[in-house]
Amino acid sequence: MVDIAYGPGPDRKPEGGSTITTSEAYLEMVRRRRLYSGIILALFIALMVAGFQLAQSRNAGGFLNGLPQIFAFPSEVISEAWEKRTNIPGLFLQFLPSLMETVNIAAVSTLIGGFTAALLALLATRGLARWPRLTPLFRRMMDLTRSIPEIVIALMLIFILGGGPVPAMIAISLHTAGALGKLFSEVAENADVKPVEGLTSVGASWLQRMWLGVIPQVAPNWLSYLMLRFEINVRASAILGFVGSGGIGYDLKLAMQWGAGKYDQVVAIFLLLFLTIIVIDQVTDHFRTRLVKGDRKARA
Amino acid sequence: MLEVKSVTRIFGQKAAVDNVSFTIDGPGFVGIIGRSGAGKSTFLRMMNRLLDASSGEIRVEGRNVLALKGREARAWQSQCAMIFQQFNLVPRMDVASNVLHGILNRRSSLQTLFNIWSKDDILKALAILDRLGIQEQAPKRAEALSGGQQQRVAIARALMQDPKIILADEPIASLDPMNAQVVMDTLKAINVEDGRMVIANLHTLDTARRYCDRVIGMRDGRVVFDGTPDQLSTGVARDIYGADETFNEAATSTAIPADATADRSYADTLMS
Repeated sequence: MVDIAYGPGPDRKPEGGSTITTSEAYLEMVRRRRLYSGIILALFIALMVAGFQLAQSRNAGGFLNGLPQIFAFPSEVISEAWEKRTNIPGLFLQFLPSLMETVNIAAVSTLIGGFTAALLALLATRGLARWPRLTPLFRRMMDLTRSIPEIVIALMLIFILGGGPVPAMIAISLHTAGALGKLFSEVAENADVKPVEGLTSVGASWLQRMWLGVIPQVAPNWLSYLMLRFEINVRASAILGFVGSGGIGYDLKLAMQWGAGKYDQVVAIFLLLFLTIIVIDQVTDHFRTRLVKGDRKARA
Repeated sequence: MLEVKSVTRIFGQKAAVDNVSFTIDGPGFVGIIGRSGAGKSTFLRMMNRLLDASSGEIRVEGRNVLALKGREARAWQSQCAMIFQQFNLVPRMDVASNVLHGILNRRSSLQTLFNIWSKDDILKALAILDRLGIQEQAPKRAEALSGGQQQRVAIARALMQDPKIILADEPIASLDPMNAQVVMDTLKAINVEDGRMVIANLHTLDTARRYCDRVIGMRDGRVVFDGTPDQLSTGVARDIYGADETFNEAATSTAIPADATADRSYADTLMS
């Protein structure tokens, strides 16, 4: 009845592990580590100094000579805007519609990009992927969309589709999908696989496993990243206005190109953008803390 | 009913499960014992198709379940429930939802996405929770429950699947003795009352003796013992665990002793 197959015997303890040799070996290792970090630090400083000298010699006017001029343009703008300061509240109202356009472009592309990012992230995460062999493909897709700057895609699309908010939206969505996808995937990688395994054991499909097993775990972190991305996308959307995608960036470009005479508009637009970013930052920060803290409260 | 034919699983160079064969005819309560790394978990996970086998067949009513793929494999998983050591519930969802997850295999993705469950299914889930004595926990988040309660939720999810076979992978290894007994009694009741086959990996011999109709001992991936609980002598146990004469199962036993001398002396110290 009983048929024993003897496996390997119990592990033998390492022989003669005397404390003297181990402590000497450890001290030797510490010395070696210190030497290595000293060499790396020296190398780093040498590289930095050499790099700065090269940059200085290549600079057309010289970095130090040009330094005082940096403040010339802003002081010109601000002094003119100060003279016409009574115009600024009126200009705020005038530029509000284009600000709305900019924020709308950012919002729509954050939503579309975020949704794509979620899908790509789950497909590219080890242990969760629908097709484990294709994870490198989805990873490279995210790398690719992330590595092309929005402005390059937007310029190409404006050339094809003509100016307007749609090229900007597509460009920002693509970049968002890649950038957020990477962050989402990192969060999903740390998700607990036990619930997923439990759902697998009842015969749930991939979508069901992700929706019920992974999304509830990663939702607070994902939303937090999404809000951060929204803020970044507002800036990106404003910049894309410069190349002809409409919105407040376009107005800024017109005002700046005019040169002296329209600097009150430049200041009004800058203030408007600045205030918008602050408001978004405050609001998203509030919600992000609530997401994290609310989570803690439920757990306690 | 269940026929296991030379099932093998190889990880790298090492065979975690090595040519395992046995047959189970009726819906019995089968315990698998063996030390850590003996291949018990790997075997159960292959049976539930969480892991693919390297070779071999598991025939259930004549059908080789190891050869099933995709949709059919998932349909088999829904008929072969699994209970885990760490419960493997969705911690942020309420208890009733976790029980309803047992019928996910019959739900479309769209129904799942919008969390639509029929009234009948919800009532069935609540009835199962009632049977296991935890109906009042239904609206709570699974993570808010104690370990013993969570394991009962996991059993409720398994029952919701209406399975022929229930696999239990160390179901009481992370529970205290009281909760362990409740969980094992529940599994036994399901086995006897519903006539569902239960295969449980256990690591305490007294539990195996008390609840199982049949015990299979595994060592280094192979079946080294297959018999009734009363054939499980200390000598046999030493062979299964690869232990020498110092092995004493009372040392790690979680059984609550029958004699009350300890209680008496504790009471005496309090009274004096």
